[in-house]
Amino acid sequence: MPSISNPLALIAELTHRCPLHCVYCSNPQELQSRATELSTADWSRVFREAADLGVLQADLTGGEPLARPDTVELVRAARTAGLYVNLITSGLPLDEARLDALIDAGLDHFQLSFQGSTAEIAEEISGSKTHAQKLRVLDWLKSRRVAVTLNFVIHRRNIAQIGQMLAIAEASSASRVEFANVQYYGWALVNRAALLPTRNQLDDSLVILKQAQERLLGKIRVEYVVPDYYARYPKACMGGWGRKLLLVTPNGEALPCHAARVIPGLPFENVKGCSLRDIWETSDAFQKFRGQDWMQEPCRSCDRRGMDFGGCRCQALLLTGDAAATDPVCTLSPRRAKVDAIVAGVNEGMLSVNSEKTNWIYRLNA
Amino acid sequence: MTDTSATLDPQSKPRLAPGCRLNNDGKEPRTLLMPERALRLQGPSLEIIERCDGQHTVEQIISELQEIYSKAAPEKVAQDILGYLKLLHDQRALDFQ
Repeated sequence: MPSISNPLALIAELTHRCPLHCVYCSNPQELQSRATELSTADWSRVFREAADLGVLQADLTGGEPLARPDTVELVRAARTAGLYVNLITSGLPLDEARLDALIDAGLDHFQLSFQGSTAEIAEEISGSKTHAQKLRVLDWLKSRRVAVTLNFVIHRRNIAQIGQMLAIAEASSASRVEFANVQYYGWALVNRAALLPTRNQLDDSLVILKQAQERLLGKIRVEYVVPDYYARYPKACMGGWGRKLLLVTPNGEALPCHAARVIPGLPFENVKGCSLRDIWETSDAFQKFRGQDWMQEPCRSCDRRGMDFGGCRCQALLLTGDAAATDPVCTLSPRRAKVDAIVAGVNEGMLSVNSEKTNWIYRLNA
Repeated sequence: MTDTSATLDPQSKPRLAPGCRLNNDGKEPRTLLMPERALRLQGPSLEIIERCDGQHTVEQIISELQEIYSKAAPEKVAQDILGYLKLLHDQRALDFQ
C-alpha cells in the first residue's frame, strides 16, 4: 500500500453556475444543476473535516462561486474551520458591499480571472460582457486589505496581449499574477484547434514573462504555466494523484482532480454519505493511481516517476484511451506522436492565428 | 538584480503583506499561510515572523534575535535575518513601512 500524505488544499467547486461561457472552461461538459448543490451546512462540515485532515487552504471556485447567495457564509465557515480562504472568481455578481462582507468574513486571497486585456477579446472568449466589471473590481480592491492575484488564461487568441495584461496587473494592487495556458480538458478540448498557440507565439511570450519576473521581483510574483503539449516532460498533475489535493464538486462528489470523471469505471464517493477522511484514505478512486504500483513502462522504471508521477491520468485517457498509460505529452511516451501531430497541425497549417472568425463552442449554462 | 538586504533600511518596520498570516492560534506546526504557498516555521524563522508586526524595526528584530541566539556570532545572525527578510519580500509576503 502506498503511503498516504495529508491533502494540503481542498478545491471546493461551490456551483457550476456561471455568468460566463468561456470556451476553455474546466468544468465538465455535463454540468451539475443548482437543485443538486450541497447546502451551506454540508459545505461547512466539509471545511471542518478538511481542516481535521490537515488541509491548509480552501479554494472556493466554480463555476462562479459568487453565483451562490451564501458565499459570504461559506467564506466564514471555511475561515472558522481554520482554513486559508481563496476565492477564485470572475468578479460578478459583486458590488462593494458584498466585497466588504467577504473580507470581513475572513477572505484571505481574492483571485480575479481575466479573459484578455481588452473588452473585445474578453467578450469573444467568455461569451459575455464582463471586462468592464473586472476593472471596476480591481479599483475597489485597491483600498482593501486582502491578497490579490490576477489570473489570465492564455491561448492563441490572447497570447499576444501578455504585455498589456502585465500593465493591468501593475496598475492594480495585485501581489501575484498568473498566466496559465489553457489545459486541454472539458470545453478546452473541444476548442483545442483554435486555442493551442504556435511555437513562435509561445517562445515570444516566454521572453516577455521572464523579463517581467525579473523586473517585478519584490513587487509582483509573476507565475506562468506553459501548454504541456509543448513540454518535454509532463506536469506533475495535481502534485500526484491523491497526494496533495482533493476536489469536491457542487453536488458533493469527491474527486482527485477536476477532470477525473472522464475516467470510466472509477467510483466516486459523495461527501454526503462518507467522511472526507475515509474518502481520502481508503476510497477506490483516490487509491487507484496513488503511489507507483499502477505505472506502466516507461514510467515504471523512469528516474522522473517521483517528480511528475507519470503526468496526468485524464490526459492519458483522453489521448490514448488508457488512463494508466504514460501521459502522452512526455517525449519518452511511445504515444507522443499523437501530440506531435496535434502540435504540427497548429504550426504548419497556421490555421486562423489571427482569424476574425473562429467557430467557438461556448460553455453552456448549468 | 539589486540586493535589497544590502540596502534594507534598519529603521523600516516589516509587516506581513495582505493575505499573509500565521495559522490559527497555537495550532502546530506554526505555518505562514500565503497565496498558493504555506511555509512551515520553526526556531528562528518563527521568531522573525512573529516580530514582523509593523511595530518592530529591522534593527530591533536583529538585536532581539541576537539576544535569543547569543551563542551564535552576532554578524551571522544579522546576515541571516536580512537574507530571510529579503526572501520573504521577494515572495511578496512582507511589506516594509
